[in-house]
Amino acid sequence: MIIIGERINGMFQDIARAIRERDGSIIQEWARKQEQNGARYLDINVGPGSTEPVEAMKWLVEETQKASELPLCLDSTNYDAIEAGLKICKRPAMINSVPAEAAKMERVFTMAAQYGSEVICLAMSEEGIPKDSESRVALAMELVATGDALGVPIENLYIDPLVLPCNVAQDHGPEVLETLRQVKLISDPPPKTVVGLSNASQGTRDRELVNRVFAVMAMANGLDAAIADANDDELMAAVATARILLNIDIYCDSYVDVFKQA
Amino acid sequence: MALEIQKERYRSKVGEVVLGATKEQGGTRSHTVTVGGESALPFLHFEGEMPHRPVIALEISDMAPGWHPCFDEYYADVFENTAAWAKKCVDEYGADLVQIRLQSADPDLKDRSPEECAATVKEVLEAVGVPLIVVGCGKAEKDNLLYPAVAEAAAGENLLLGVAEVENYKAITSACMAHQHNVIALSPIDINICKQLNILIAEMSMVMNSRIIIDPCMSALGYGIEYTYSIMERARLGALQGDRMLSMPMIGNVGYEVWRTKEANTPVEENPGWGERAERAVLWEATTAMAFLQAGLDILVMRHPHAAALTRQNIDELMQDNSY
Repeated sequence: MIIIGERINGMFQDIARAIRERDGSIIQEWARKQEQNGARYLDINVGPGSTEPVEAMKWLVEETQKASELPLCLDSTNYDAIEAGLKICKRPAMINSVPAEAAKMERVFTMAAQYGSEVICLAMSEEGIPKDSESRVALAMELVATGDALGVPIENLYIDPLVLPCNVAQDHGPEVLETLRQVKLISDPPPKTVVGLSNASQGTRDRELVNRVFAVMAMANGLDAAIADANDDELMAAVATARILLNIDIYCDSYVDVFKQA
Repeated sequence: MALEIQKERYRSKVGEVVLGATKEQGGTRSHTVTVGGESALPFLHFEGEMPHRPVIALEISDMAPGWHPCFDEYYADVFENTAAWAKKCVDEYGADLVQIRLQSADPDLKDRSPEECAATVKEVLEAVGVPLIVVGCGKAEKDNLLYPAVAEAAAGENLLLGVAEVENYKAITSACMAHQHNVIALSPIDINICKQLNILIAEMSMVMNSRIIIDPCMSALGYGIEYTYSIMERARLGALQGDRMLSMPMIGNVGYEVWRTKEANTPVEENPGWGERAERAVLWEATTAMAFLQAGLDILVMRHPHAAALTRQNIDELMQDNSY
């Protein structure tokens, strides 16, 4: 299960300030810290309320690439900002994200095919996030069919079944896990899956505990990737342990360190 | 519609290790030997590359070893002369490498000093041009004194020195780090320990990562060969799937293991159905070697020249390109 480091996000005060003042050192430091602790992609988000998202995205991509060779995950609802970022990415990036809405799918999948990007596809539509797994899977099928038709390889699509906070939407949890399983049966080859892990604990106490338990449960249901806090050592240790228990990595006594360095 | 045969594509490959050093590189070898680099399972040339063929080392000892009499016709004249024995292995029997077991250092045998052993290694270095493998007497306390002496005496020659184990790896690894040699990492038929030992060695120095040869501790045919075989398969698959801590070439003491067995030693009088001892033993060694070639063994340390010749022929045939 690959970790997409979530920290370079303008909703964090230090990142927002760095963007405002164009202070690249903070961005570079977070890129390095996340990579050293085992992140394999870096999510880049200019944050809510950015006044010039296109310029801010370009700047974030430049600064991050100075400190890390990891592929980037461009996180925005502004597709011009994403395209501006894709143009200057040194290697193929991931687009975060597109919902199952016709016009948006057209724009984003065309862009993905052009730039060779992976795409996070949200199992939601104009009507919002459905409850049961069948409806989520139906939206996933729409996303896969459209992406495929517009020239995006299916292995480049990451379906996000959309995790909701476990205190207020507790009944969604099992549906999300079922969706992760069912999505693998959509096509051959199947699309990949991803979740925004921190959403599970939004507003709960002991967020790290909720996040890492959900991560392990999702991995047992086939989760391929998670946008998460790569510097949460207990989370990384739990993920490394789950990989051993799922027979993905060969055990050795130092398996946690090996997972982080791999 | 034409039948499409599925081919596996792996995302990673086994690391390469270079043994020996020529004059330009600071040694005195006539050539170097490189092992590893595979990007597919053994001999499946249609799925990837095998840039280097498996190599055969002939094993010698630094004292008359008391081997099976069928070796007399080959080595009786050189058992007492380590350098001459090494030369014969290369010149007459085509060994790609020579492995010297410093048996005489064993406190219960001749208890020779580290300096004396190092001098023997130097004599062998002068006698042959192939890269050398040097292995201790098997008694850890004594071996830990041998490694620095041999490593220093052979500095620049890029030896393969053995062995490191989880309980005892620091002395040999330090000696290899100080004088730039490669190390045999021995684990007791346990893939988890195998991986952990590689991590421990790499923790001492990242440079050592590309200087490790894995010894998974093989057994002879009939003595649990499948046990080591399955570990080698898992390790090799792990390497091909990106596990850097298992991406090392592998070595096996085919000769040592086979010539301990009753199949290699029982006289035909005691068991007529088994056939003549010499021929039987040679075939036992050759079949054991060939089985392990299929599991990915890169360096085969053998004893009998005829078994080595049979195995070499097998390697020649298997290295023919079968890609489609």
